[in-house]
This record gives sequence, structure tokens and C-alpha cells, in this order.
Amino acid sequence: MAQNLTALISGLVFALGLGVSGMTQPQKIVGFLDLFGDWQPALIFVMLGAISFHSLMYYFFKHRTSPLLGGDFRMPTLKNVTPRLVIGSAIFGVGWGMAGFCPGPGITSLFSGQSASFQFVGAMLVGMIIFKVTAPLVLGEDG
Amino acid sequence: MNTEFLLAMIGGVLIGFSATKMFILKGRVAGISGIVSGILFPQANEWMWRVFFALGLLGGGLVLRLFYPQALENNFDNPMVYTLVGGFLVGYGTLLGNGCTSGHGVCGISRLSLRSIVATATFMLFGILTVYIIQHVVS
Repeated sequence: MAQNLTALISGLVFALGLGVSGMTQPQKIVGFLDLFGDWQPALIFVMLGAISFHSLMYYFFKHRTSPLLGGDFRMPTLKNVTPRLVIGSAIFGVGWGMAGFCPGPGITSLFSGQSASFQFVGAMLVGMIIFKVTAPLVLGEDG
Repeated sequence: MNTEFLLAMIGGVLIGFSATKMFILKGRVAGISGIVSGILFPQANEWMWRVFFALGLLGGGLVLRLFYPQALENNFDNPMVYTLVGGFLVGYGTLLGNGCTSGHGVCGISRLSLRSIVATATFMLFGILTVYIIQHVVS
């Protein structure tokens, strides 16, 4: 239960961070990505704040052999930069620029009640399902 | 420092705090695309915490709606087809690329993962190109 409560509070704090920082407003995302137009640099500070805090904490705790609430660490083990990584990230970037949402802000903004949030999240879930269904064909058996 | 920059920084630290909490207490990456796909396609013993995290995200959205509604203001006025196609590409691309803004952009870069640095540079570049084409070439 403590672990589920941790996840619940982490999700809540994450959403508040997205909201306070402006990530939940698509016009700000597009303004940030509009490098060759009326560029709005504010969202750089979201990355800066998140990475400086988390990297420092990661550095202090990375030598632990298990998490404080028990169980085991499940951190990403892949090391190689692959075509799959780059192509997937490029597709994600195109979608991010088109919709003005990435996954977290899309879900967080559902309670805005605005139809764009529901359209985005619905289409994102469809994209994930299509990926899973077609992955054996696209990636081969090891994918 | 102007208020918008300061709020962005504070929000960023909250996101970093959330990611740190997931790492230290539970030993997991706070990557939203991975969490959502793990709810759709459950793995043994990895389903429940992801559901709770997603409920937290939704709950945070509700708190914002009640106490800071301007955070959820959407003035983008995007044609619906862009939102739908964009959403689809975000879903497909994040699973193909094993992560999104949170998993690669925050958690992975914080661990100095080369994969995440490349992924983040790639989705930033393609996001910038896409916005350039839509805002300055098409329209």
C-alpha cells in the first residue's frame, strides 16, 4: 500500500509541477518550439529545474542496492542508440509539435473539460495500441 | 527573473521531486508514456502502481482545475485533425522510442543516459521543425 500511495502522490505532484510550469498549456508548448517565430523560452526552465533537482538526488542515491520501500530497482538497461530510438523520438516530436501536448500534460489537462484534451489522450491511446499490435510485424520477433 | 520563468523553474523542481520520489522509494522511472502503456498492457506486479500514478496525475489535474484553473487554459485553437494525428503520433512514437519528455527528457538526462540525450535532442528538433512547417509554411 505504501508503494501505491507513493505512486499516487508522485503522480499528483508531477501534475502540479506540469500545471505550475505551463506545460499543460499547448499554446506555451508551441511558443517554446517556435524557435523561428515568436519564441517563448520559459519552458527551458522546466527542464532546468527538473533535471538539476533529479540529477543531484540521483547522484546521492544511485549506489543504494534497493529502494527505500523495498523491492528492486527497475531502471532502463538499454545502452545503444538504435534506429528504433531515433525514429520513435522523431515521430513523437512531430506529434508533440502538431498537438501541443506530450503524454503527461495531456492526461493532467483532462479535468479542464476541453475537447482537445480528450481528443489528444484518446488518439494517443490508439497510437499505443496500434504500436503494440503491429510491433511484431514492424520490429520482428525480438521487438 | 520574470514570473513566468520562475514558475517554470518551480514547476520543474516539483517534477524533479516527483521523479526522485519514484526512484528513491519505489525504484522506478517516472516516465509517463511507459506508465500509460503499462496500464494498457499489464506486466506482472507492475500494474497497480502505474494505475495509482495515473490517478495521481488526474487528481493533480482536478486540484489545478479547482485552485489554479489558469494552468489548464488552452488558447491554442488547434484544428482537431492536428490534435488527433499529433496524439496518435505521440502514442506510437513514445512506445517505439521507449520514452517521452518525462522518461527521456527528465529522468534519462538526469542519469546522463546517452540514449535519452539523443532521444531528447531528436524530439526537440522534430518538434521545432513541425511547428515551423505548420506555423510558418502551411499557414
